[in-house]
Amino acid sequence: MNNTIVEVTNLKKFFPLGGGLFKTPELVRAVDDISFTMEAGKTLGLVGESGCGKTTVGRTVIGLYKPTAGKILFEGTDVFTAGKAKKTQTRRQMQMIFQDPYASLNPRMTVGDIVGEPIDIHHLAKGKKEHQERVQYLLNLVGLNPDHINRYPHEFSGGQRQRVGIARALAVEPKFIVCDEPISAVDVSIQAQIVNTLEQLQEDLHLTFLFIAHDLSMVKYISHRVAVMYLGKIVEINLSAELYAHPVHPYTKALLSAVPIADPPLERKRKRILLEGDVPSPINPPPGCCFHTRCNRAIPICKEEIPEMQDLGNGHLVACHNYQ
Amino acid sequence: MNTLLQVRDLEVEFRTYAGIVRAVRKVSFDLKAGEVLAIVGESGCGKSVTAQSIMRLIPTPPGRITGGSILFDNEEILAKTESQMQKIRGNAISVIFQDSMTSLNPVLNVRTQITEILRLHKNVSQPQANARAIELLSLVGIPEPKTRMKAYPHELSGGMRQRVMIAMALACDPQLLIADEPTTALDVTIQAQIIEVLKNIRQELNTAIILITHDLGVVAGLADRVMVMYAGNLVEQGTVDEVLCEPLHPYTWGLLRSLPRLNMGPEDKLKPIWGQPPDLLLPLDRCPFLPRCEHAMGICAQDRPPAFNGQDSHSVNCWLQHPLAPRTRRPQEVG
Repeated sequence: MNNTIVEVTNLKKFFPLGGGLFKTPELVRAVDDISFTMEAGKTLGLVGESGCGKTTVGRTVIGLYKPTAGKILFEGTDVFTAGKAKKTQTRRQMQMIFQDPYASLNPRMTVGDIVGEPIDIHHLAKGKKEHQERVQYLLNLVGLNPDHINRYPHEFSGGQRQRVGIARALAVEPKFIVCDEPISAVDVSIQAQIVNTLEQLQEDLHLTFLFIAHDLSMVKYISHRVAVMYLGKIVEINLSAELYAHPVHPYTKALLSAVPIADPPLERKRKRILLEGDVPSPINPPPGCCFHTRCNRAIPICKEEIPEMQDLGNGHLVACHNYQ
Repeated sequence: MNTLLQVRDLEVEFRTYAGIVRAVRKVSFDLKAGEVLAIVGESGCGKSVTAQSIMRLIPTPPGRITGGSILFDNEEILAKTESQMQKIRGNAISVIFQDSMTSLNPVLNVRTQITEILRLHKNVSQPQANARAIELLSLVGIPEPKTRMKAYPHELSGGMRQRVMIAMALACDPQLLIADEPTTALDVTIQAQIIEVLKNIRQELNTAIILITHDLGVVAGLADRVMVMYAGNLVEQGTVDEVLCEPLHPYTWGLLRSLPRLNMGPEDKLKPIWGQPPDLLLPLDRCPFLPRCEHAMGICAQDRPPAFNGQDSHSVNCWLQHPLAPRTRRPQEVG
């Protein structure tokens, strides 16, 4: 595919845990050997339970963490080995929208300064007037009143602050944005406003999103393709509608069946696949397929061999020995 | 079925520097024995405050219950003294909070925390209390309850801690269990497990449950009746099928249209509710949803809508239900 904007191969990110002078630290295998590609102008959804490594993937892809192993190519450039000038240029194209709109904005800076700072850093505006026009244009773009340029974050509601975060990410004209749970901290009626804004921006500016969330129905709504993660590994990737209609990995099936639907007659009829127990620790993941401890289709080989990613055609990938 | 809880015109306010916040504004509802009532709404709509008032857990000051009545088992809760309330809390009415990590005592093990309640409210010996605690732990689906008795909260996962909380709440066979966002902090697969536990409890013990949540999916699976709250007001109540399948209030319409569903088609679009939730400092003399309502009429700005009764138990606080109002159909929904 020449339309690929981000290519991640065999990415690993381990965090050392504890240890001491005379101990080798234990490793938290937050992301363990994952590969995926992203198409320009499309959204890839990343879902999974908390602690499965989805945020780590997002942060590593845009270079906030240095990967333990693996390669991340952005438009063919390796994000980590490129020269300094090239790196700065590449990093500008990749931005992030954070989960908590209360913690991710500096309370002492005005909205104008927050959105304007990246413009200064990358010298994207000549002179004060152009700078201010650009900030106002950005505020308008995300649905905020451009006259509020001198207000402080506390004067805005949660949804509006999230919009400030989006405007800041857009300030440097990025091509690729990692949205890390952008809606989980805002109210239900506001979530749809934010998501619709993101969709509109994607269409207008031809943006590529990596949309990380645990709300499966929202991910389905916004994403073109969805990757399901479990314990640091991607277990299944497919086109959004296909994944939800015909999940093949046992974990994807269980995850989807656990999502409650706000339709009482339908909800009463549904059969749940209840997973037993909890997610194992990423410090000592089970051998073989990491899901075999909770899987209802586990066969002996699952305990021994890590399943390879299998291509089922049309970009449908699944890592399971005994999928259906 | 007899009525277990009767709340009439409950009003709660908080004094803040900005003024008086009227968090709950004349809310009335009934709960029958063994029934599951869900209170849904966005943050700040007064759903938790309503539930806390039933337990008389509103911090005073700054909060105050300024009016109304709460009859629990035909006794007025608001007239009870603090020591009388302490006999009720954890005994006849108990509560499960959202955050199990902060609600459990980190320095006491599971056994101590569960048996403490039993020793306090029921006249039992420590060995009897221990036996009952093991029974409770297996009821909520904790594997190896005997070994888990010695565990401290930090040794348990989030789902396990929430189960311990439920076991504690059920220790004295309460008539009413208040579950304040019991699954919000949990992952979907764990959430499904906890919902299953609550369903079992309901079947086996016939405990009435007030379920506070903002997740309409959880409501659909668990509740018999639903109350929708908005800005301290009750806007709609009825059975789950009535409220979620044939809602009558424009806010409920908007809420359902702004939620994505797994069974949505690729062409379906979400329609968000325009605007922001209102400030609770605002006066009471109008419909709280007025600034965001597409169907607002002149009267909505002049008077607070009373409860209009629809079919059976369905009631809606909206002027659109007035016989003189134009017939307004619910807008086409997604999905």
